Order: sequence, then structure tokens, then C-alpha cells
Amino acid sequence: MEPIIILNREDIRRTLGRMAHEIIETNKNLSKIIMIGMRTRGVPLANRLAAYIKAYEEARIPVGVLDFSLYRDDLGSRDLQPAVKSTSIPSGIDGKVVILVDDVLFTGRSARAAMDALIDLGRPSAIKLAVLVDRGHRELPIRADYVGKNIPSSKDEEVQVKLSETDNLDEVSIYKNSEAGKCL
Amino acid sequence: MSSSILIKNGRVIDPAGTIDRQADVLIRNGLISNMSGKGQFEDAAVDQVIDAEGMTVCPGLIDLHCHLREPGQEDKETIKTGSEAAAKGGFTTICCMPNTKPPIDTAAAVSYVNSIAARDSAIRILPIGCITKNRKGEELAPMYELAQAGVVGFSDDGSPVIDASLMLRAMQYAGPLGLPIIEHCEDLLLSGGGLMNEGDLANIFGLPGIPAAAEEIMVARDILLAKNTGIHIHIAHISTRGSVEIVRFAKKLGIKVTAEVTPHHLTLTETAVAGYNTNAKVNPPLRRDDDVQSLIEGLNDGTIDLISTDHAPHTTSEKEQEFGLAPAGISGFETALSSLLSLVHQGKMEMVKLIEAMTVAPAGILQGRFGKLGTLSPGSIADVTIFDPNREWRVDASSFISRGKNTPLHGKTLKGKVIITISRGEVVYRLDP
Amino acid sequence: MTENSLNENQGIEAVSWNRKHLLDIDDFSTSEFDLVMKTADVMKDVLSRPIKKVPALRGKTIGTLFYEPSTRTRSSFELAAKNLSADVVNLAASSSSIAKGENLIDTVHTLEAVGVDVLIMRHPIAGASHLAARYAKSSIINAGDGAHAHPTQALLDMYTILKHKPCIQGLKIVILGDSRHSRVARSNIWGFTAMGASVTLCGPRSLLPVGLTGQHAVYSNIKLETDISLALDGADVVMALRMQKERQSAGLIPDIREYVAQFRLTSERLAAARPDVVVMHPGPVNEDIEISSEVASGPHSVINEQVSNGLAVRMAVLYLITGGNKE
Repeated sequence: MEPIIILNREDIRRTLGRMAHEIIETNKNLSKIIMIGMRTRGVPLANRLAAYIKAYEEARIPVGVLDFSLYRDDLGSRDLQPAVKSTSIPSGIDGKVVILVDDVLFTGRSARAAMDALIDLGRPSAIKLAVLVDRGHRELPIRADYVGKNIPSSKDEEVQVKLSETDNLDEVSIYKNSEAGKCL
Repeated sequence: MSSSILIKNGRVIDPAGTIDRQADVLIRNGLISNMSGKGQFEDAAVDQVIDAEGMTVCPGLIDLHCHLREPGQEDKETIKTGSEAAAKGGFTTICCMPNTKPPIDTAAAVSYVNSIAARDSAIRILPIGCITKNRKGEELAPMYELAQAGVVGFSDDGSPVIDASLMLRAMQYAGPLGLPIIEHCEDLLLSGGGLMNEGDLANIFGLPGIPAAAEEIMVARDILLAKNTGIHIHIAHISTRGSVEIVRFAKKLGIKVTAEVTPHHLTLTETAVAGYNTNAKVNPPLRRDDDVQSLIEGLNDGTIDLISTDHAPHTTSEKEQEFGLAPAGISGFETALSSLLSLVHQGKMEMVKLIEAMTVAPAGILQGRFGKLGTLSPGSIADVTIFDPNREWRVDASSFISRGKNTPLHGKTLKGKVIITISRGEVVYRLDP
Repeated sequence: MTENSLNENQGIEAVSWNRKHLLDIDDFSTSEFDLVMKTADVMKDVLSRPIKKVPALRGKTIGTLFYEPSTRTRSSFELAAKNLSADVVNLAASSSSIAKGENLIDTVHTLEAVGVDVLIMRHPIAGASHLAARYAKSSIINAGDGAHAHPTQALLDMYTILKHKPCIQGLKIVILGDSRHSRVARSNIWGFTAMGASVTLCGPRSLLPVGLTGQHAVYSNIKLETDISLALDGADVVMALRMQKERQSAGLIPDIREYVAQFRLTSERLAAARPDVVVMHPGPVNEDIEISSEVASGPHSVINEQVSNGLAVRMAVLYLITGGNKE
């Protein structure tokens, strides 16, 4: 099946802009915010959101990178271990409002792993979750605070986010995965 | 009395009679009755006809050096299983080393082995007696008594006689008995703790090496003592280029020395130890290509007289241990001829030379004391081996008759297989079709 | 892999590591070395945090089976396993249990029967971990087998060097002491030469490898040197090995004093090396025998760093080896 494009470059720009506004609206004290991108595609999204907030409010939001591989709940059952990458948080997270950023929210397992990883790094006053796409099918009681786009999908479909920083192209598409169940 | 057998259409090789031609062999009353050109004997006149078309017919193979483990280590091998394994490998006479438990250092021990052999073995088993009591290298064994009981030579094989003065006395004492001293040449202080051939691979595997000099020093020492005493020294399982050169030099000087080499030292190198394969752990250790070349040259030019298997069976659980703990030795009867035929197939050795080194040459050491062996000439004992030099087969140690499944050749394909073994005019082994 | 986690696996880069066991590094590719180094960096970061523990190996059981006493290596592995949230069971077997004929394969199977997923093994006989691996269902990590190999020590040594040098290629590395009997030297020779360093083994001739014929590439590219001043000249890295006192009684050297006189790594001797030379020692150090206290605790020494890096490297190895069901 040919992929159906859900969001193009312009759509993504507008969506992220709107999300930035929502973040500004719901956080009175922007200086307490730290934006943390979940590897891999959450990282450019976190940077973009921070850039929008700076453009709208002149507030410099620190951006960190989180690798939560060591906290995944499927380690050991995978054929190969995920490659672990560095985690870098620019300042401490104690007492901060951490906004975790990811591209797609699906089962909620990545967000769970990321939260566990964060909590081992310090004690934020709150953790919030921002995702570009929420495609449903949660397996854990997790919801996003900021959602770019809800995309109802079936489990044998795949939602693919491409970003210019990682894929040379801004695009969100959905397609049927004939080989659902086999991981990439 | 045994039946008559006609072996037809084979390539008959009898190095003793310098025969290598298509011929038929007739066996009557346990003896070689006659040999003739193809098709000259009547099938009807005999009890059994063997069609040896495409096969080689030679005197029964003689092994001067093997370990049958009985008495004392019957979990490794017995005279029954060992002799059956030998027959399967084409051997009709095997000489067993005395490192049993107890060792063969008394006439009683010799007669024990002989009695078990008479009961359990279809082929000829000839014991070798100890040089020293209990193989301890301290006091001479009763060599006269052992000779009277019928041993074919004296050896403390597995251990060398470290004390040179004791070896000198052993030679002086054994001289009048007319039997050879067979020495396992190893300076234990030099080889001490060594587990494989010294060299690059030993360094890479982190295993302590056994230097060639550990063997060569003893070869040289024993040859000098033999020169001094004038007795016959037989060097067991020679394995290095240096040893070959020392023996060659000694022969030039007219010293009464003979030497044997094993199939594994002629066909394998130290690389077989890779992966800590304890089935390639053997003493002396497998050496390098250069040594193997030298051993083949030595055999071809007569420096080395004969081939012995040093069949050394061990249990699987003993070999499934850490490399340093596993005992040394290879179970060799059932692959000896087949692996050696690779030398013929590769053009490194003449077929006649190979047969000679396994028949008439070892028979020479036995000095005709057990009848006319190692030849197919009329009147000699009807020990005959028939093999197909081109038949390919895959070595499966689990199918060995020997209790020792310890072979580095497991899984390898060999070319050449024994089809029938005849001992004293009786078929004692026949390959299942 | 569950169907459900499909989408969230997007963009997850899997490691190129297909080893079930770590027996030696003789067949490591440069990308495998690189992977261990990169993974160790992440582990080092974990170790720098207030909470030095991640749940990566939760539910896994790591066994240590040491036939030789070694508190240091065993504790390093144990701590590495615990930092990854694995459970650890220690089986201290003595050398005497080998002599008593306790079968290694049986012992391995017994430990597997109680649920060990990874078995870390030290044994006085070369090749023992290869034997265990041949019969084991669990993963075997060789923590030293006789004089043969000590792969995690070599990996941590490489890691430590890379913290001080941009790359290993082109470095002049001197291994000083008893390289003939040293598994640390043997594994490091594989690693250093694979990464393109030039390796010099220096020590009394009776403690350097013997019987080399140059047949095998790895030993034809290393230098043997009995003159320490020539060996140290221009060295980028000097690794002093522990001098075992038994070597004297075994007659390999006349006495320790004579060794000290010729081969102790002192500041005067080290002056021949490059000014940015890195001094290493696999520990435990016999101070003032193979290395002077001054050098061991001096500005060039990275000996303590080796210990802490060892923890990170062993965490990396445990993480990599526990992935999936490799055969």
C-alpha cells in the first residue's frame, strides 16, 4: 500500500507552532522549563519547540537529549540490543518542569522508560509529555499533555515521522505494514 | 583347521618380494599357499572366493606400538575391543605397550595378557615388557624372565628412562637377550608442563610449549648409548626434523638404530589443536609442516624404518576436560591406513613404500620369532589385508569399535578403506556392504 | 519482538554484535571494538550519576565461577552486573576442586540449572572457557584462562588509552615484564595490533615469548626487546605487568633484585618515553618491583582510571552479551 501523507512540511511547522503556544499558555514560569528530546526524533522536535518558544516569548529554554535504551522493558527479548547513545542534560532537572518530547506516542512504553530514566537523573517538579503524533493503542496509563495530531490507526499500520534533521524531509505518513510484527 | 580362500583380481603388493601386480592369492591351512597371475586358480577348488577387483591386497599390517589398556584401564580399552578395532584397521599383528595397571614387568603379567589375548583376540597380540620395575625408572625389570615369557622388546613407553646410567645398564643387560629397547624419547625437564608444540601457536593459545629439543636430546643420548653398547635401539614415535637428522647421521655411522613414526605425525600439524581440541593432544605433540615434510622424507629415504599407530585410547569424559587435564593420545587403529593413504594420493609416498613400512619393516623387528610375517610369499602365515584405496568415507568416532573415540579426524573424509582382514587364514573383519 | 511495540522500534538502531560468548578478542573487528568503546562511554556516564544503576539487566542472573582467587576482577564484574540490576551468584571454586576432578562441564550445567544467564569464568588452565562455551547454553565471559586470554582487561586497557590518545593506530606501546606467561599481554597484543599500534615486549629474554617463527602475523609484527632504554624510547604507552614471585623459584630469572635492577619502571627510565606517555598496570601493583611508587602514582599513571574504566567496560560487555537469544 502506498503511504498516505498526513502532515507535510507546512503542516508540521504550524502544528509545532501551536504546540509551542500551548506550552507557553500552560506554563506561567518558562524559566523552570527544560525540554528533553527522546532519542532519536524527539531531539530535533525538542529543539524546534524551544526555538518557537524563543521566537514567541524571548525565553531561552534549555534542551537535553535522553537515551532511555537501558530502561526499555524489552531488553533481552530483542534479537539484538539497541545501541546505547549518550544522554546529555544541560543543567540539573531537580525542581524543573521537564517536557519530554517524542515523535509518536503509541503503546506508551517508551514514555514509561523515559520517565524512569529521568527520575534516576533527579527529581523534577513535574514531567510533561509532548508528541507530534498520538496514534492510540496505549498499553500503559499514559497520556500526552501536548499533542500535535491525533491519528487514529490500526495496529497493522505504521505511522512514520520524517524530519529534515534526521531524514532530510519533513513529513508524517501512514501506511499498511504487510509484515506487521516484524520489527525494523 | 582353516578353510581355503582364493583372493582374485586384486592388485597384490608384497614389498618383501618386491611384488606389485595384478595377481590371485591362494590360502590353505592358514598359510599362503601360492600366488599366480590373474585367473589361474579354479574357484571350485576352494571354500571361499574373494573378488578383490579394484582393491589392493597386501600382507596383514603389523603395529609395533599400541596401548590396549588391559589389565587395569578397561574403561579406555580392552584386549577384545582393541584387537577388533585393529582388525577393522587392517592389522593382524599388534604389539602392546606395557603401561597397563599393573605394568607388564613380570612373566606373570605377560602370560596374563597372552591368556586374555588367546581368549578374546582373533589377531596376534605381542606384548612388550618394561625396561624398569613398575615403569619407575629406578630398577631394571626382570628382562630375562620377560624375554622368556615372549615379549618382543622392552619399553617404559609413556615415560622415558630419565637416568642415563640406568639406560646404559638396561642396554648392556638386554643386549644378550637379542631384543630391542624401544624408547619414548622425551627429556621431562625440558618438556615439563608442556602441552603442545612450542611455537607461534603455543604462544597464541597461551599453552606451555614442548620444545623439539626435549625429544632430540633423548634421541641423541639413546643413540650414543646404543653405540656404546652395540645393542638395537628403536626410537618410538619420532616427531621432529632434528630427530630425523640425528637418526640419519647415526645410521650413517652404522649404529644399530631403527625409528618409527605415527600416522598422525605424518599427516597432521599443531594447527589441529586449535579451539583447544583435546583429541589432538598427543605426546609427542603434533608439530609443524616442516617437521611433517622431514618425517615423510625420512620414511622415503629409509631413515625412518616403519609406521606404528601409537593407538592410545581414552574415555570421552577424560578427553572432555580442560586441555591441561585431558590425557594425551589418539585412538588410531581405525583410521591409520586410511589417513596414511592420503600421502599416496597426494604423491608424497609410493604405495609400496607405505605398505613396506606397515608390514615387512615392523616384521623385521620381530626377527621371525613368531613365524613368517609381513609377506605374502608362499609358506608365510596367511595374514592378509584387502583395502579399497579409493573408497571415500567419513570418520564418525561414535562408530569406532575401540572404546577410545578420541580422534582429531572425527568428521573428516578419508579416501581408502579396509574391506577385509584375514588373520591366520580366517576372515576376522569384513566391511559391511 | 511483540507486534505492539512495532512503531516504537522505529528509528532504534540495533547493535552489530552477534557474540554469545566473550572468550577472547582475537577475532574482533574494529567496529566491534568501537561498539564496546561507545557503549562503555554511556556506562561511564551512568557511573557518574548519583544513582549509578540502570534496570537494563533486570531479571538476569549473572554467575561468577572463579577457580583462581581474584577479588579485583570478580568484584568489578559483580559491581558491573549489579549496576545493570542483574542478580549475581558467586561460586568460588578453588584450584583444588579441579584437582579433585570436579568436572567443569557439570559445574557449568549446575549453574545453568539454577538459572544463570551469563557465566563469568576464571580458570588456571588455558582454553577452559572455550570448553565451557562448547557445552553451555548460557553466555560465557572469559575473565582469564591460564596464560591465554583476559579479554575484558584488554578492552578496558584500550578504552583507557583512548581517553588519553585520539586513536590507537600508530602508537608505540611497550608491554614491560613477563609477557610469556601473561594473559593480559596476550589479549592486549591482539587488541593493540588489530587497531594498528606497534607493540614492543620488553623484559628478560626468559620471560618473553619463546619459539616464535614469524609464521603467524600477530607475532611477526611485534618487537621483542631486552634493553629497556631502547624499548621505552619514544613510547606513547607503557604497560608494566605484575611480576610473579614464582618466576624466581621456577628459575626463569635469577632473582627479583636482578629484575628490579634491569626492568623496574622508574622516572629516570620513563624520561626516554614521549612527554605525554601514559603509564598503565593491570594490577595489583607490586610497588617498587615492576614499577616505582613514584611512577605508579605519578602524573603519567592512569592505573586507578583503569580500575574505574574496567567497571564501565564490563557493564558494556554484559549489556551487549545479554541481548536476545543468540546461538
